[in-house]
Amino acid sequence: MILEGRVWKFGDGITTDHIAPGRLYHLRSNLPELARHVLEDADPTFAAKVRPGDFIVAGSNFGQGSSREHAPRIIKLAGVGAVLAQSFARIFFRNAINVGLPVLTCDTSRIQEGDLLRVDLGAGLVYDITQGFELTAGRMPEVMIRILQDGGLVEHIKKHGGLQLTP
Amino acid sequence: MGVARVSFPLTALFAAAFAVREAMEYLHYTLENGSDVSLGATLAEKILSRKAGFDVHPGDIVVVDVDWAYAQDGTAPLTIRELMGLGLPGVARPDRTIFFIDHASPSPRQELSNDHLFIRRFAAQTRSRLHDVGEGICHQLAAEKYVRPWDVVIGADSHTCMGGALGAFATGMGSTDVAVGMGLGKTWLRVPETIGVRLVGDFPQPVAGKPPYVTAKDLVLHLIGRLGADGAAYQALEFHGAGLGSLGMPERLTIANMAVEAGAKVGLFPADEVTREFLREHGREGDWQPLAVDPEARYARLVEIDLGQLEPVVARPHTVDNVAPVRELKEVRVNQIFLGSCTNGRLEDLAIAAAILQGRRVAPGVRLVVGPASRKILLEAMARGYIQTLVEAGAAVISPGCGPCVGVHAGILGDGEVSLNTSNRNFQGRMGNPKGEIYLASPAVAAASAVTGRITDPRELEVAG
Repeated sequence: MILEGRVWKFGDGITTDHIAPGRLYHLRSNLPELARHVLEDADPTFAAKVRPGDFIVAGSNFGQGSSREHAPRIIKLAGVGAVLAQSFARIFFRNAINVGLPVLTCDTSRIQEGDLLRVDLGAGLVYDITQGFELTAGRMPEVMIRILQDGGLVEHIKKHGGLQLTP
Repeated sequence: MGVARVSFPLTALFAAAFAVREAMEYLHYTLENGSDVSLGATLAEKILSRKAGFDVHPGDIVVVDVDWAYAQDGTAPLTIRELMGLGLPGVARPDRTIFFIDHASPSPRQELSNDHLFIRRFAAQTRSRLHDVGEGICHQLAAEKYVRPWDVVIGADSHTCMGGALGAFATGMGSTDVAVGMGLGKTWLRVPETIGVRLVGDFPQPVAGKPPYVTAKDLVLHLIGRLGADGAAYQALEFHGAGLGSLGMPERLTIANMAVEAGAKVGLFPADEVTREFLREHGREGDWQPLAVDPEARYARLVEIDLGQLEPVVARPHTVDNVAPVRELKEVRVNQIFLGSCTNGRLEDLAIAAAILQGRRVAPGVRLVVGPASRKILLEAMARGYIQTLVEAGAAVISPGCGPCVGVHAGILGDGEVSLNTSNRNFQGRMGNPKGEIYLASPAVAAASAVTGRITDPRELEVAG
């Protein structure tokens, strides 16, 4: 699957509180509304600016903090094609795969806000069209590729009737 | 991997050479029960090996039975919706499926009240366990009532890792993973590498008749400051060494609770006499099984902490690893103090604060919010007079729950306000307002700061008299 979109750049240590703030706790059963506030505490204008297929490009430890799965869900609902980061917090990464939000680990330091990217999810390749360079993303663990290929964890369970993750 | 099977002479040698009692208990256990556990294994590897039925190693993917799966009111509605979408008949083991209403508790908004109704209805339909408003914080109740050594525990809350204090592989996951754990009674895990944290020495001795001023919170903040917020990402922390003798169960719970703040999957302690005593106090000594640290375990990294060298510290806004000694801070005025949470809302924490606030008053213009971690703790703190002391000093006591810590209610900050919390996170916006600032510290620092109105080293208060 190949995606193309613009880059919105964020720094290191973006928390799930930045993505889905606690003060909007009451919107957790109303994800479309919560998605209108996605990443509000990192960039209050982000939700209004982001267009379907755009990419979030961030530094290290993206998604640290709470286990709230609402965070990757509203990033996906806002239309973000994929999140690229130097590294991800463990729970966020697992949640993202479970809900079908592509997440790629790569050296994001050269990518600039507004760059146009082409991302080949299958090959794990990131091409910065604006600047003309290519990056290779870290290979996703086999177990997560299986879940993604089935369309997320719920679809995986429905298809196999249980966890079919070990060879 | 050159992994030796447990055999009598080898184990006896270790027992003689290393922590004698723990190793003997381990030996006794393996002789009684037979063993599927190799020597040279970390606590995480031991637990997951027994669950998987074969020797596991870091990086292995295992599918294991889940002993307890739980969710709280912030994550349970999504968990339940995903669970209903799985096409399974219900929950695999209702008596091991637990819902907690603790985050927005009692509910401050109609949307949340409706979420609570949804949770109560589902728990009743599936005959799962439910802990409702006023009972306490999920991780505290899990420790009091459910978690046992050697268990695998998954919770839709990142601080589920607190169960590691009891020697359980307890870890936080998202709603969908927990839904699957509830529906199948199983989950998948990647066996983590382990960072060994060797504790040596003892905390600085308290002044006669005074509470301790250097505690487990200073230890864990110090550790997170050293490792960094992602320093243990995808790994387990394992605490061992002679310094363990200075840590009772409340202290272990504080430390394990914050393992995730260094990115760790779990923060594991051995299950020893301290664990046994805690379980006995909570009427479930039968849940005890020894889980001993293996002197031959292989660690990805070893970190040593001398408890005697620790001092009161804080984590400054907006990251937990932004740690500094209190004495190095320039004057920081506070508007609010939150004494409570799953990290530091236990009886021992309230006792320290009450001892410091006895005969003193909360500084004018400062709000002291006290949130005990469970009803059991609240009742005991009332019986011992701690609540009386705190309220007389000017505290506002709230129902056992998470409120202020997660920014839902009961202590949301105004623009530019500063709060000093005994909880576990100081992220921007955490207390319901991105324009607020949060510092994290121990109950002793919190109580001393409540008296002065600025972040204060409790030792300084003692000198001032």
